Amino acid sequence: MSPSEAEKTNQPVTVLACPISLDYAYSAGQSASRFLRAIAEGKLLGQRCPVDGRVYFPSRGACPMHGVTFGDDAVELSDKGTIVTFSIVRVPSQNIALPLPYITVNVLLDGADTILIHVLDAKLEDVHMGMRVQAVWKPKEEWTTSTANILYFRPIDEPDAKYESYKEHI
Amino acid sequence: MTKQSAATEALTAPHTLSYTYKRSLGAVMSGFFTALRDRRLLGVKRRDGKVLFPAREYDPDTSEAIDELVEVGPMGVVRSWAWVAKPRRQQPLARPFAYALVQLDGADTPFLHVVDAGSEAKMATGMCVRARWADETKGAIDDFVFEPA
Repeated sequence: MSPSEAEKTNQPVTVLACPISLDYAYSAGQSASRFLRAIAEGKLLGQRCPVDGRVYFPSRGACPMHGVTFGDDAVELSDKGTIVTFSIVRVPSQNIALPLPYITVNVLLDGADTILIHVLDAKLEDVHMGMRVQAVWKPKEEWTTSTANILYFRPIDEPDAKYESYKEHI
Repeated sequence: MTKQSAATEALTAPHTLSYTYKRSLGAVMSGFFTALRDRRLLGVKRRDGKVLFPAREYDPDTSEAIDELVEVGPMGVVRSWAWVAKPRRQQPLARPFAYALVQLDGADTPFLHVVDAGSEAKMATGMCVRARWADETKGAIDDFVFEPA
């Protein structure tokens, strides 16, 4: 038997690759399923807490603050929002195929009280807190029950939001 | 990819969670896995002379460090076994095989590994097996399986 490539190197084996892989059938549940069916039609659904009126996005089954169920009422949100915070990413990570550097943003969608994490297509020197942005969607015929329908956010020509309007989300 | 069977049912989707672990072996286990790459089976000798296979860095009874690697096998004896009639995707062979506790010649402990016997009828406690090496060894425990000797 001829020696293998590893044998030919004649170097000691010092590292053992031991990948672990777990296969799940993920169930989105009622609330997230409604959210995903809505996004397949280009709608962004949040849910309002019956106790304090705050709007959670994406919609979820219960309020994490008060522990009450949200029921069936959904709130449709704008695909425009305000950058609360941002980060410029200069190191690659697995599963994110964007060319470096790119900008990740925490976006407060108009009408929502929770932030959404996404990427922004803008010049690095232009991004700032309070910047007004809007979602850029895939072509309508490619929409599925997936948040990947939104490709990224882009700046829009609106005055910056006032600091007071988003400061509690920083 | 999501699917739905009815508009009111929850959506489901396959989700695979993977961890790409790499283990740094250290001196003793590096010797063990380097030997596998070179198609040799190394156990480790305890202070009382008993040989453990696979090698390990510490005596499981006394906790003292042990590092005297000694060659064992390639023949061994099946001490017990279980037949895997329908292998799952991540199991070592795609065809039916046995998981067996094999005590290699020169070792004092049995070792859980694959016996590629072809059929359950060829398996028996007490049978002799030998290591069969992969065409390309890489320094991993699946560089070899056992087959009936």
